[in-house]
Amino acid sequence: MNTAALALRQARYEMRAFWRNPAAAFFTFVFPLMFLVIFNVVFGNGTIEAPGGEINFSTFYVPAILAFSVISACYTNIAISVSFARDRGVLKRMRGTPMPALAYLGGRIMQAVAVALILVVIVIAAGVVFYGVEFPGDKLPALAVSLIVGAAAFCALGLAITAVIPNADAAPAVVNASILPLLFISNIFIPTSQAPGWLNDFASIFPIVHFAETLHGVFNPFETGSGFEAKSLAVIAAWGLAGVAVAVRYFTWQPRK
Amino acid sequence: MTDLAIDVRGLRKRYGDLEAVKGVNLQVARAEVFALLGPNGAGKTTAVEILEGHRERDGGEVRVLGFDPGRRERAFKERIGVVLQETGVEPYLTVEETVELYRGYYPHPRPLDEVIDLVGLTEQRRTRVIKLSGGQQRRLDVAVGLAGDPELLFLDEPTTGFDPAARRDAWEMIKGLQALGKTIFLTTHYMDEAEILAGRVAIIRRGEIVALGSPRDLIDTEARTLIRFRIPPGAAGLVDGIEGADVQPDAYVTIATVDPTGILHLLTGRAIDRGVELGELQVARASLEDVYLRYVGEDPAQESAEAAPSRGSRRRGRS
Repeated sequence: MNTAALALRQARYEMRAFWRNPAAAFFTFVFPLMFLVIFNVVFGNGTIEAPGGEINFSTFYVPAILAFSVISACYTNIAISVSFARDRGVLKRMRGTPMPALAYLGGRIMQAVAVALILVVIVIAAGVVFYGVEFPGDKLPALAVSLIVGAAAFCALGLAITAVIPNADAAPAVVNASILPLLFISNIFIPTSQAPGWLNDFASIFPIVHFAETLHGVFNPFETGSGFEAKSLAVIAAWGLAGVAVAVRYFTWQPRK
Repeated sequence: MTDLAIDVRGLRKRYGDLEAVKGVNLQVARAEVFALLGPNGAGKTTAVEILEGHRERDGGEVRVLGFDPGRRERAFKERIGVVLQETGVEPYLTVEETVELYRGYYPHPRPLDEVIDLVGLTEQRRTRVIKLSGGQQRRLDVAVGLAGDPELLFLDEPTTGFDPAARRDAWEMIKGLQALGKTIFLTTHYMDEAEILAGRVAIIRRGEIVALGSPRDLIDTEARTLIRFRIPPGAAGLVDGIEGADVQPDAYVTIATVDPTGILHLLTGRAIDRGVELGELQVARASLEDVYLRYVGEDPAQESAEAAPSRGSRRRGRS
């Protein structure tokens, strides 16, 4: 089998194990959907100021939760599951088989992207069906590009962060500490239009707020045009490339003792 | 094509100031079961991991199935099987799925049912790894190592943590692999395991091979027989003049001798003259463990904690 076929096969097994692991399935998959429901229940009827006019909270939260879904499925999922696999010696053992390293990591990434894709479909469908969100048919290319660039970057960052995770026990803590505060200040859990300027400046160093911005733009009915946010996409891509560089340099297959 | 599965000459490895492996030479023939013995920290795992391709060497020539393992070629990894000390399989897949997953990495895998049967997990084949006992997980490790039908199998401490029955079963399994013509490179802390399974053993101490040969030959170099008994009350002078008699305060005597027949004749004669019994008399040939302890035992810094106390208790059980 070639590398791509091996990666696909690996992804299928990783997926099967993923659904059977209650912690992984819950925190990666159920969490974003739960947040979508909670935010819409709490804020559902209100409106919020957005570029161009007032939008419903649902129109804010659907793209926000889309961003969270991709981050959860790619960054959180890969960082935690790869740290566990490394600690349990799975990575070392894989390294001893003829399977190319790229096929193994490719399989992990495919599995993460597949989970992200399922979440994206559910979140958009729920938004359109239950929350009256307008499907941005005319901005579909921009939506697709944003999701692809975001997924790629957060997969790379998920692999990169394993370099600073000392062991599996520490993995959830390190991953959540690196991501949760940013989710609160990056226009995802809470709209940050009222936040102080310095906080928004700080948040804009990181890729999450840019990822949110590309998706908010796509779903904002007042923003006409193609919906591409070149500058934001560039920042996300830059973070992704930095993630690749760190992963290539510091990724290890041996358990850390 | 050489008939050596493993050919190591002058292997060296250092970690900073520590010279972990200092010029090791080893040759293992095809279809041989070879055991590498040594205390923790002697360089055992380092040496094995270099042969497996998991570590880089600093010096020396290494050929494994004709390959240089340091180059980690795919063709090389297709022909070896590795069972590491740690478990290292996905907990949420079943036995069957795990073996099938690993079979897919190899060009000529061993049939699924055969692999599962060989390690005795047929009844657990639909059980998830997380629900297996420790011994069963270790068997699955071996199954994963066998999935690609390797010519050479590395087993790193395969029975550590097993209960006695599980160890016997594992030994039967390893003998079964030997019958299939596999070359097996084993490391172990258990001398009885090496004695039963291995055609030849090497003892490594502080990064050097200090003894090499079949268990029988090594035991033969340990020419002394051990005579042990308890001096009965009122039988003073029983061991007077016997060289090498070690009398303990609790009245137990151990005599290590190259002349067991003569010494026993003398002792039994004296006991009969005095009308006493030689309490708890045992006569035991040296074992591989005695040989091992002779080579590594004088090195308290490296001696593994479990080796020392087991010495007396095992001998008592061997009468």
